[in-house]
Amino acid sequence: MSDSSCPSQTCCTDAESKIASTSLLGTRKDLPSSVIGEVMTPIGPVPRVSTDMSTGDRLGIWKVRWGIGRMSYIVAPGLYSLGEPDAGSEVLVTANYRMTFDLLRRSLQDINVWILVLDTSGVNVWCAAGKGTFGTDELVRRVESSNIGAVVNHQRLIVPQLGAPGVAAHEVRERTGFRVFYGPVEMKDIPAYLENGRRATPAMRRKEFPLTERAALVPLELVPASKWVVIATLVFALLGGIMGGDSFASDALSFGIRSFALLVLGTFVGTILTPVLLPWVPGRAFALKGAITGVAASFVLLTSGYLSGLDGMAWLLLITATSSFLAMNFTGSSTYTSLSGVKREMRIAVPAQIGASVIAVVLWVSAFFTSGGTV
Amino acid sequence: MKYLSDVTTLHLFDDRCTGCGMCAVVCPHGVFAMDNGLARITDRDACMECSACSRNCPEEAISVQAGVGCAQAVISGALGRSSACCDLEVHETNLSDCAPNEAGCEDVKKPRSLNGSGCC
Repeated sequence: MSDSSCPSQTCCTDAESKIASTSLLGTRKDLPSSVIGEVMTPIGPVPRVSTDMSTGDRLGIWKVRWGIGRMSYIVAPGLYSLGEPDAGSEVLVTANYRMTFDLLRRSLQDINVWILVLDTSGVNVWCAAGKGTFGTDELVRRVESSNIGAVVNHQRLIVPQLGAPGVAAHEVRERTGFRVFYGPVEMKDIPAYLENGRRATPAMRRKEFPLTERAALVPLELVPASKWVVIATLVFALLGGIMGGDSFASDALSFGIRSFALLVLGTFVGTILTPVLLPWVPGRAFALKGAITGVAASFVLLTSGYLSGLDGMAWLLLITATSSFLAMNFTGSSTYTSLSGVKREMRIAVPAQIGASVIAVVLWVSAFFTSGGTV
Repeated sequence: MKYLSDVTTLHLFDDRCTGCGMCAVVCPHGVFAMDNGLARITDRDACMECSACSRNCPEEAISVQAGVGCAQAVISGALGRSSACCDLEVHETNLSDCAPNEAGCEDVKKPRSLNGSGCC
C-alpha cells in the first residue's frame, strides 16, 4: 500500500474508507507514499505518515546510495504528523530529501510528533544547512506557511543539530516566537533525547564517521570514477595498439585489458580500501592516505613479480596517483574535514598527483623502446 | 579521527562571550567547552569550519570562514564550474570581524548556485 510506485491519491482509499474524497489524500498528488491517513487539527487535516519502510522505500534508498535519481528524490515540504500527535506534541524539523524523511519516520516508532519538512530542494539536512537552504529564512517561512502555531499550544521546534550551520536559533525566536532546540546528531538518538526532556548527552552531539557510514558512501565515489577508468583504458589500448610489436588489434586488446585491470585496482584502493581503512591508514591528509595505500598495493604487485622494470615503475606511480586523487575526493564525503585543510593538502597533493601521472606515462612509453614492444 | 593541525579560521572573541553555551551545543566535534560560565576553545584542530557556532552565537563572538571541506568542490571552483557536489563558501559569517589581510579572508566568494544539489 505504500509502495513508491503507487500513486498516493488512489492507494489508500480502500483501506482507509473513512477518509472522505475531499481529504488531503484525494486532493494532493504530491504527498509521499508513506502517507497512511490524516490527523484533524484546527487548521484542517494534516497528512499522517507511517513508521514502516516499504520495499519501495528500501529500493529507493539503495538507488540513491548508488547515485541513481539522487537529485530528485524528494517529498513535498510542509507539515506532517506521525503517530497520534496533539497540541502538546513536539515539532521535529527536517529536510525534504526523501531518504532523510524516510529514515526519520523509521526512527520514530511509537512516538507522536509533528514533522515540519523544509524545502531544501531534495538535499539532506547537513549539506543543505551548509548551502543555507536549510536555513533561518526557510524555517521562518515554513513556520508561517504551515500555520504550526495554530496546531500546537507551545512554541518549541526541534531542529537537527546538523542543521545549525544554516539556522540561527536566536533569529528564529525573534522572527517567529518559536524557540529552537537542537536535537541529537543521529536520528537513532531522537527517542532518548525526547525521553530525557530534550536533553542530548555529549556523545549524541558528536558527529562520528563509523565504518558503516564510510562504506555506505563508497558507491558515490566509485560510480563517477569508473567513467574515467574507461576513458583511460581506451587511451592505453590505443597507445598500446600503435606502439606494440604485434598487430594493432591484438596489442590494443592485450594492453587494454592489462591497463584496465591496473586502473581498476588503483580505483578500488582509492575509493574502497582507503575509506574503509581510513582511521588506520597513516597520515591525516586524505591524499597522503590514498598515496600510502596506493604504494602498498603496487608493492604487492611488484614483489609478486606481476609488475617489473620501467613498466612496473610507471604503474606504481599511476596507481599511487589514482588512489591519492580518489582518496582526496573522499574529503567531500567525510564528516570532519575543513575547507582550509582541504585547500592546504591540495596545494601539495594536486601538483604531486599530476607530476606522478606525467612521469608514469613517460616511463610507460619508454618501456616500449627498451622492451621492443612487449610487456 | 583528526584532520590537519593549525588550519582552521575559527576565532573566539572572549570579551563578547556572555556564556549562553550555544556554541558548545551545536558543534559536532566538541571544539568548545564551557569554563567558568564562558565559552572556551578546547579542541581547535577538530574544527571543520561548518559555522554552526558562529551562526548560533547571539553576541557575534565567533568568526569562522564557513566552507565545505570537499576537494571536488575546490576543483570545480578552480575550473570555474558549479560543482555537482557542494559549492564552497556559501555564506559568510561575521566577516566584519576579520582583518582584511588576515589569512583566509581574501577569497570569500558569493554563492555560485544554491540549487545545485547535494553531495557530501
